[in-house]
Amino acid sequence: MGNFFEQFYDTFIVKSRWMWLLQGLGNTMLITVFAVILGMLLGFLIAIVRTTHDKTGKLVIPNLICRVYLTVIRGTPVVVQLLIIYFVVFASVPINKIFVAILAFGLNSAAYVAEIVRSGIMSIDNGQFEAGASLGLNYAKTMLFIILPQAFKNILPALANEFIVLLKETSVAGYIAIQDLTKGGDQIRSDTYNAFLPLLAVAAIYLVIVMFLTYLVSRLERRLAKNDRR
Amino acid sequence: MIDVKNLHKSFGKLDVLKGIDTTIEKGEKVVIIGPSGSGKSTFLRCLNLLEKPTSGEIFFEGKEITHAKTSEVNLLRRKMGMVFQHFNLFPHMTIRKNITLAPVKLGLLSKEEADQCADDLLKKVGLLDKAEQYPAQLSGGQKQRIAIVRALAMNPDVMLFDEPTSALDPEMVGEVLQLMKQLANEGMTMVVVTHEMGFAREVASRVVFMADGQILEQASPDMFFNHPQNDRLKEFLSKVL
Repeated sequence: MGNFFEQFYDTFIVKSRWMWLLQGLGNTMLITVFAVILGMLLGFLIAIVRTTHDKTGKLVIPNLICRVYLTVIRGTPVVVQLLIIYFVVFASVPINKIFVAILAFGLNSAAYVAEIVRSGIMSIDNGQFEAGASLGLNYAKTMLFIILPQAFKNILPALANEFIVLLKETSVAGYIAIQDLTKGGDQIRSDTYNAFLPLLAVAAIYLVIVMFLTYLVSRLERRLAKNDRR
Repeated sequence: MIDVKNLHKSFGKLDVLKGIDTTIEKGEKVVIIGPSGSGKSTFLRCLNLLEKPTSGEIFFEGKEITHAKTSEVNLLRRKMGMVFQHFNLFPHMTIRKNITLAPVKLGLLSKEEADQCADDLLKKVGLLDKAEQYPAQLSGGQKQRIAIVRALAMNPDVMLFDEPTSALDPEMVGEVLQLMKQLANEGMTMVVVTHEMGFAREVASRVVFMADGQILEQASPDMFFNHPQNDRLKEFLSKVL
């Protein structure tokens, strides 16, 4: 037992090594939060373009662009996309790495969010569109006030899952030398030649965040389910 | 009020409407009956352009509408209330919100005016106590009465009913028909697709028989049910009456 405390002290307290984890966690959260926002905004946009095309036949060119985008993004690994954006797209420009990571993970997530949202919109009965139309609401208003709120409720578990996946995916940010949570743990490992405690600590931190997110989402789900009671 | 000229509608190779000509006057209550697959619902849905006619003309209040722009279509749909077989209430909104959504979002009424209007209408149909509930908490008959109220809140010139009682349990049909009768008595122009012969007999000013995408006979209820001319209609009536 004394050995454990010694290791713990050595791993986290000496030279304030816990700061690696804290700073890493900060970067991980920063990247995740802004990438989720970017992914949601772009994902909803793509989904609306795709469903509008499917339902009305308009937006042929934007729909085509969206489909190409989805194919490319979903067909290549996120690490490769991250590397391409950093080393190819911004090769000759001095740029904040965190920003690059937000961009890469946000653009990647958007593709998955788009398909989730699209499935949500398509799952809403066509009668809801018709009811909106028969009242004189135009397509945009019908979408905004009638379809999207219902679709959002249906896809909330899938969206939450995408959020969680994204959080964990950011652990590859170390590929472009970002000091994220995973990299922080790794740094301690290479400093102390002890892998056990730092890596377990990293895993535990991810786990706690994910469990907290899951709790928040289930609360939101319960609130949105209030119109289901019979 | 509505003038239909040589209306055709096909879905792919299937011709559903094969030349419909009819006129619906202000204040008329037109009841359309016929076997399933005869094109009744498609005809009704063409009137407010939920289905786009393949060819032919529809004049609504003097204006040809089949080639209207989308924004014009949205405007004329405000004047044509529609009630669907499956109610199509908005499940994520309270009953009051269901009724006030369109008038408020279209800028026709302020929120307070719309709430007042909704409450007046709900009082009229005896469902004021349901205002804060959600559609899932209502019975089928109540849902359909709310759907009618929702359409009425737009203050339409004509109401289109697409088999409004077909999805209801038998004991709930009466309350919906009662409301429709009340509406008819108040002078609303109505076009009703239904299988309720009793309603047609009692409320219609004209009954239209459709089969195979055509109007085969139209007459006053008395002539229609007691002295049918067309053989298909005679056969149909012998089965349903």
